[in-house]
Formats: sequence, C-alpha cells, structure tokens
Amino acid sequence: MHKSRWNYRIVIFIFTMIVGLVLSLPSFIPSMKGPKIQLGLDLQGGLHMLLGVDTKEAIKSKYKSIASSIKYFSDDNDIIIDSLRAKADGVTFVLLDNTEEKKIDKMIKKIPGIVINKKRDKDSIVYKITMTKKEIKATKEYAIKQAVDTIRNRLDQFGLSEPTVARQGKEKILVELPGIKTQAEEQRARELIAKAAHLQLMAVDEKRADQVYTLSKDEAASYGDVILKSARDDKQKYLVKEVPILDGSMLTDAKVGFDQMNQPVINFSLNSEGAKIFGDFTAKSVGKHLAIVLDNKVYSAPVIRERIGGGSGQISGGFTVQEAHDVAIALRSGALLAPVKLLEKRSIGPSLGADSIKASMIALVSGFILVVLFMIIYYGYAGVIADIALIVNLFIIVAVMALFGATLTLPGMAGIVLTVGMAVDANVIINERIRELLREGKNVSIAIEKGYSNAMSAILDANITTLIAAVVLYAYGTGPIKGFAVTMSIGILASMLTAILGTHGVYQSLMPTIERAKKLKIWFGIKVK
Amino acid sequence: MEIFGGNKTFDFMGKSKIFISISIVFILISYALLATKGLNYGLDFKGGTLVQVKYDKKAPLKKIRKVITADKLFKNATITYFGSPNEVIIRFTTSSTSVKEDMGDKVRKLLKGTGNYEIRRVDIVGPKVGGELREKGLMAAILSILAILVYVAFRFEWRFAVASVLALVHDVSIALGAVSLFQVDVNLDTLAAILTIMGYSLNDTIIVFDRIREGIHDTKKYNLFEVINDSISKTLSRTTLTSLTTFFVVLTLYLFGGEIIVGFSFTLLIGIIVGTYSSIFVASPLLKWLGFDIEEFKRRIAQKQKEKAEKEKMRAMYERGTI
Repeated sequence: MHKSRWNYRIVIFIFTMIVGLVLSLPSFIPSMKGPKIQLGLDLQGGLHMLLGVDTKEAIKSKYKSIASSIKYFSDDNDIIIDSLRAKADGVTFVLLDNTEEKKIDKMIKKIPGIVINKKRDKDSIVYKITMTKKEIKATKEYAIKQAVDTIRNRLDQFGLSEPTVARQGKEKILVELPGIKTQAEEQRARELIAKAAHLQLMAVDEKRADQVYTLSKDEAASYGDVILKSARDDKQKYLVKEVPILDGSMLTDAKVGFDQMNQPVINFSLNSEGAKIFGDFTAKSVGKHLAIVLDNKVYSAPVIRERIGGGSGQISGGFTVQEAHDVAIALRSGALLAPVKLLEKRSIGPSLGADSIKASMIALVSGFILVVLFMIIYYGYAGVIADIALIVNLFIIVAVMALFGATLTLPGMAGIVLTVGMAVDANVIINERIRELLREGKNVSIAIEKGYSNAMSAILDANITTLIAAVVLYAYGTGPIKGFAVTMSIGILASMLTAILGTHGVYQSLMPTIERAKKLKIWFGIKVK
Repeated sequence: MEIFGGNKTFDFMGKSKIFISISIVFILISYALLATKGLNYGLDFKGGTLVQVKYDKKAPLKKIRKVITADKLFKNATITYFGSPNEVIIRFTTSSTSVKEDMGDKVRKLLKGTGNYEIRRVDIVGPKVGGELREKGLMAAILSILAILVYVAFRFEWRFAVASVLALVHDVSIALGAVSLFQVDVNLDTLAAILTIMGYSLNDTIIVFDRIREGIHDTKKYNLFEVINDSISKTLSRTTLTSLTTFFVVLTLYLFGGEIIVGFSFTLLIGIIVGTYSSIFVASPLLKWLGFDIEEFKRRIAQKQKEKAEKEKMRAMYERGTI
C-alpha cells in the first residue's frame, strides 16, 4: 500500500514552523525590521510609577474658584460681602446688606451643581455654599481624567520615547517610562510630573503687609489671608488675599522668553475672560501690589502702575533655562487640579536589566539543552521528534508575543523556562501510551494512532486546567504575575499545536520508514518482540 | 531507556496509610511553622523601600550601615549582600508619597562618600498598594481553585474534584511551610510560584485520574484498589519523567537565573517535589476515603448513556414523524 508522505497535520505543522520562524527572527536580530518582542522595564531598565490622585484637593480648589467668582461679582456690582472663605467643605461668606439677597442669589444659582444654605441674622445673611454629591463625584472624576491627560501631555512634550500614562482602577495612574537611562533624567521627569503648575494672580493685603512676619497662619486666615514664601528667598514672605483674582485655568499659552537682563522668563497669555478680569482688577488697583504665584510660591509682586489690558503677563524669578522650559511645558499642558502622590515606584537601571536578561538566558539555554538531551536518551528518535516540537514551540511563543506587542518581563522569562519543562509533557504522555501498546504486541502504526487517541483526553484535561489557572492569573494578577501568565498561556496553546498535532504529523509522514525499521528500539527506546 | 520496567503494578493503596501519615506530619509541621515563624512578607505585600546598590569593588557593608542608620528615618534599615559581595540591598519599612523627592533620593544622598557605586534598583511600595496586592493575589488563588474545581467536577465527578483540590491544598501548604522555614521573601513572584504549583499539581493529579476513569470503563474489575494501583503504575513513568524535566529546568533557573528570581524558583522546586508525591501517593487514596464507589460510578455512566440513547431514539422518531 502506498502511503503519502504528506498529510494535513504535517502541512499545518510546517506552515506554523515557517510562520513562527519568520515572525520571531526580528526579535532575535536587532537590525531586522518587523514586529519585535518588547522588553519589560525590568529587562531594559526604566521607571515605573503608580500615582494616586488626591481628589480632596480638587474639591478644595473648585470651592476656591467658586469663591473667586463670587468675589469678582460682588466687587463688580458693589455688593458688600465679608469673611469670604473657601474650605474643603464649602464656601462661606456674610452678606451684610440683605436687600441685595436676590441679586446675589441669581448669580450664585448660575453655578451648576451647588446647594445654598442660608442663616439669617438681623440685616445680614450667612451663606454656605456646598456642592451636591453628584457634583463632588463628577469633580473628582474629572480631576483624575485631567491628571492623566495632563501628565501624558507633559511627558510627550518632554521628549522621552514611548511613555505610557494610563488610568488604573478608580483613582490610580500608571506611568511607565522605558526611555529613562540616568538618575538626572529620572529626577527631571518626576519633577515635571509632580509639578502642580498652579498659577495664581493674587492681591497683596496692603493693610497688613507690614505684619507678615508677626502673624501666625491662623491669624492670617482669620483675615482671609495666606502667608506665602518667595520663590527666590525662603525667608522673604508675602501676605496675600486667600481668594485669588484669577488662576491658571484661564491661561492659553506659556512660552520661554528672555528679559532685558537676558534672564529666562515665562511669558503667558490669558483668554478673553481672564483678560477682562485682569484688566478690571488692575484698573481698580493702581499703586497696589500684585503677587504672581506659582505652586504657592511668590515669583514676583510688582506694583501695578496702570490698567493692564491684552491679558498677558510674565513670570520672572531666576529660573535656569531648563527650569523655565519645564515650567512652560507644565503651564501649557495645564495645572494638575489635584496633586499626585507616589503609591508605588520601581526604578530599574539598564545594567540590572541586562544582567537579568543574561541570567535568565543562561537558565533557559541550559534547561533547554538538559531537556532535549534527556528526551533523546530516554526515547530515541521519538525524543528527537518531541524536541523539534519543543523548538518550534519556543519560536511560536516569541512570534506571538512580537505580533501582539506583548511585553516580555523577567517572570515572563521564567514562564518560558517553565514551559520548556512542561511542553514535553504531552509528548511524554503520548510516547508512554505508544510504548504500552507496543508492549502489548500491537503493530507500530496502530500503536502510534491509538497512542495519540488514548492520550488525548488526559492531555486536554491537564492543559485546560492549567490554562484556566493562567487566565485567572492574568485577570486578577498584577505586574509580574500578568507577564508570567501571558507566556504560560501562549506556551500551552502553542504546545497543543506543536506537541500534539505537529508530532503526530511527523509520525504519519515517517510511517513507511518506521514500518520498515527492523529495530523499534531506536525509535521508541524500548525492546519489542 | 525505561525506568519502571514494563508492566509492573505496584501496590500503592496497600501502603496508603503510611503515605498519608507522612503527608499529615508534613502538613502539621508546615502549619506549625506558619503559626510560629510566619511568612516573611517582602516589599510587594508589606510596603516599604528597597534600594539595590552595586559597587565597583567589595561593598563596604559596615560603612554603609553606619551612614544609613545614622539618619532617623532609616534607623530600622537592614543592609545585606545581594548575590555578590559587590552588591548590597538596603531595605526599610517606610515609604514616602512625594513624587518629586523619594526615599531613594535620600539614600542616594546619604551614600555619597562610601565609594564608587551605581544605584541599580529602587522599589517603593506604599502600604495601601501592598495591602491591595495581597488581596488581589489571594483573590486570584481562590478563584482559580474554584474554577478548576468546577471544571474537574464537570469532567469527572465531584469526588475527583474534591480529591484533586485536597491534594492541591496539601502541596501549597507544604510549599508554604518550606517558604516559612527558610524565610524566603514572599513577594508577587512567590505568589506566582504558588499559583504555578497549583496548576502543576492539578496537572499531575488529573493525568492519574484520567487513567483511573479509563480503567473503570475498560475493566470488569470492581475493586477500586486494583484499578487505582494499576492506573498509578501505568502513569508512573510519565509522572516521574515530566517531574524530572520540569525539576531540572527549574533547578537551572534557581542556580543561574539570578538573585532576583531565587524566591520564585525555590518555591517552585519544593512545589514540584511535593506535587509529584501527592499525585502518586495522596490524591488517589483520597478518592477511596471520600467514599468513591466503582459500581455506583458505572451505574451512573450506564444511566447517562441510556438517557442519551433514549433521547436520540426520541429524536429519530420525531424526525421520522412518528410522534
């Protein structure tokens, strides 16, 4: 009987072998183009950070901006209010003349998502304005989204290769910077991320300016003031009104420039609303001081000489060129509504990554050689066939990971090493079944076919349970566990193709040769009658 | 080459009491260890800071300790060699939340003047994240056990599922006992190792159970002991072989894989040994102890086949239009 050397199994196997080889080559040869496997931060070095967003601050700053607009409105309409305060739980003020109640209520009601609470005295009314629960939730949500966008924006402008900024869970932000190579770079990137870039233009409290060094924080607060330090000199302090005239949310652009002394400065421009508020304020406050405050530090507090129209200003304060550059990036990409804090950080130097690659490669290669030799010694040619499947399996893992842009991490390497040990399992099970049937005196072609079908249920059940575990690991695991689960799952799936289907095809095409063989010992490693 | 000869059948069930007793002793020791020594939670689960520093020559451990512990913040820092005498790891339980300047930067400043060094790794894990990671890890373990339990119960019978999960608990308990005994740092990768042990142990057990299921179908024997002995013997060379290849591979990982994954590979090594033991000597006797009965099992299979045949008959009749 003539048996064809070709069968669908061997065709599929050779096809996957070629595809696996072609797709995995770019990952091994650096100069080759094509999909490449990506190395995780633990292998190539870099910075991984998990940041938390302090959403309470976002609420507070929202109250502050509500207070700012109330102040602007009341000044503009000559409504006399007193003790305007913005706190974490709401805005309070006293309306001294209750005949103005309707006017101010109309204005406040225009602010969306708030509740007004009033306490009446003889002629005055104490207002307390709070946000609704829904509004608080929305504000927090917005703060997180805005933080993700802002940080991404800043890092993009910073010029690092492939920064990842992604939201993780409810209130966390994942930042991964594989391009970081030196400590100085890391430091700069971290400062850029953390920079609140909160620009405020504030009025100096002219009445009490000379008391700034004697007032305590609480005393200042009782006057509605805050004490801020100078950016240039820690000892110099300013007493400014707590509610700012306007803030960086009305900023449209910020650029690095140079002043007459050739010192770097930052020129900023405001939108039309900001320009109007700024113009009105400066017109009313000629002769007074205006404090330019960035991240709660006073950069300068010049005297207002005339009304400033056009809505542009300048921050000068002895920056270096690099600092000015980074501040401008931060201002342009917007302020962080809420400060971010570090929850987790992993920073790996490139040399450590290289060491890890070397170590795991040594383990992989030596483990691989050990398994390959062991299979050949134990099974003879059947071992060689299993080894071929194992090699193809490795190529497929690399190819699939490169194709889907999966990241190879150190635990992922461990997963591959482990796959090498476990992938031969299917062939061990099959070969043991074939041996069993040969011992029973079955014809070799029947033994092979029946060996495969007998082994199938065990192999499937075993692989599926491991796969279930791997999927759960992937879904619930974090970081290293995920990488491990990915390579394990790919390895298991690939082994079904190579170790089960592939080797079966090889046997089928070799069948005429096996049947003609006088001694089966060299094929299956056992003596048969 | 062959290890266990041809068709030899070994009497595993006859000695099952001895094997199970050995297991119980080991499990009790493990629990005692976990209760007294406990697990040495590492950075990932406890939170804290770790700084890995490599010097261009032998690291001046005493000097480093002196400059680090001089700072109040780092009073409880532990400083140990890591992998080679050139490299040290500085650990402390505190972490900081500032993005701009963190604990790593502070250590860097303190280390100035201790020699030529390179900071190769700074890991900072806040206490909240540590707790979350621990919760998530536990969740992953419990969920995968449940999922596997359901699958095995569906493919075999509930007693097989319970027996395989008991064997799994056995393996994980003893592996954790070893982790406690040698005070291996328990980090995320250790957790990954434990979960791998679970998958591995199940894998092994299922291969044996599959043989038992097959044995029940094929033989006229009604003696569970004989069927089990026969099945374990027939799968013995496979169990040993696969365990050996995996063991060797993990051993190379342990020996050459670098200091960072020592915890992972160590846990796995213990797990492979225990997992192999349990799938040969522990899982199958448990089947008997759980009250598995061949006759009942066969009856149920026959019943199922009868129902299936009847359904098909009905369908055939329906298609012919006789109903």
